[in-house]
Amino acid sequence: MSKFKRKKGTGAQKINTASLPDIIFMLLFFFMVSTTMRETEVMVQIKPTEVSEVKKLEQKKLVSYIYIGRPARHLQSMYGSEPIIQLNDKLINEEGIPTESVQDFVLFEREKLPEVDKNRMVMSLRIDQDIPMGKVDDVKQALRQAKALIINYSARKDHGEQGR
Amino acid sequence: MAKRELQEVNAGSMADIAFLLLIFFLVATTMDVDTGLTRLLPPIPEDEQEQEVQVKKRNVLVVLINRNDQLMVRGEFGTRIDELKDITMEFFLNSNNDPELPEKEEAEVQFPPGSSPLLPPDGLWRGYVSRGVISLQNDRSTTYQQYLLVQNELVAAVNQLRKDFCKLYFDKNYDDLNMNIPSEKEISEAIRSVYKMNISEAEPKNIGGLR
Repeated sequence: MSKFKRKKGTGAQKINTASLPDIIFMLLFFFMVSTTMRETEVMVQIKPTEVSEVKKLEQKKLVSYIYIGRPARHLQSMYGSEPIIQLNDKLINEEGIPTESVQDFVLFEREKLPEVDKNRMVMSLRIDQDIPMGKVDDVKQALRQAKALIINYSARKDHGEQGR
Repeated sequence: MAKRELQEVNAGSMADIAFLLLIFFLVATTMDVDTGLTRLLPPIPEDEQEQEVQVKKRNVLVVLINRNDQLMVRGEFGTRIDELKDITMEFFLNSNNDPELPEKEEAEVQFPPGSSPLLPPDGLWRGYVSRGVISLQNDRSTTYQQYLLVQNELVAAVNQLRKDFCKLYFDKNYDDLNMNIPSEKEISEAIRSVYKMNISEAEPKNIGGLR
């Protein structure tokens, strides 16, 4: 009987954790490589459209963002629930056609680019799918006047039905 | 003096440090890649008098989207969005030389010499290029989603023509052409000038439609 008696004082077996840091580092590197820094907080709700012919936007430093959508829930008490425009990280809260703000924004963003890239600036339009085109047309006209002609209609890749 | 044994560094907290870094990156970064349809806006005409470029009626594919997101293509109301791609492809190809569809003009496009058995050895392609232009117009109440879906179909049509061309002449997928290899980049650019993406985003106006 005493043959099978366990020695007293031995607790649970310890798990060797020497390789834990390696595993975590591996995860860390995965996330470092596959993600990008969050630059702006998006303050409007945007449900992207899904289309099949999307291309990746290269050269992030040339890209400025224009968001159009309804203000996020927690901001609706301040900005109401009508569609609103956000330029990079600023919400513009004004009535009517936002030509001036958009033009100032383009000038400001263009100043930040080196001389050679000034004509290659890309405006990425991230727009909620239910926004009426009138608002988008106003912004497009403002961009034309500000000579920011390369635009990108932001959209998600659609892997569905059309599958090619 | 007695030789001291090499002290081992306690690595127990290494995992905690790595965890901390990991969590920082999880919070501070986003996963999404920027994708979308890149388009070029037309510049605003410099001089006061509007430069109305005269384009023959047969050379324009007018696509209208009304406030109820319904389509009208070439005067025909109620086109479905999944028909649009074929209509656009036929518009650019005009394979039967239909007098209602766009004119074609002779053109020469330089491909890298010897890149395809279907081309002469100097790589000069001679053929017909369409003069067609697509004019896309929308109402102020059209939803952005519908607008983008229509844009997508138009882009898809031109891309399909380019893909077919690439498959026929070079037996390669157009999407697989590597822009970092000069000869393939040249091919890609040449194909793009055979099938140009002529989509004009007209001045906004109200097209209307029944409420």
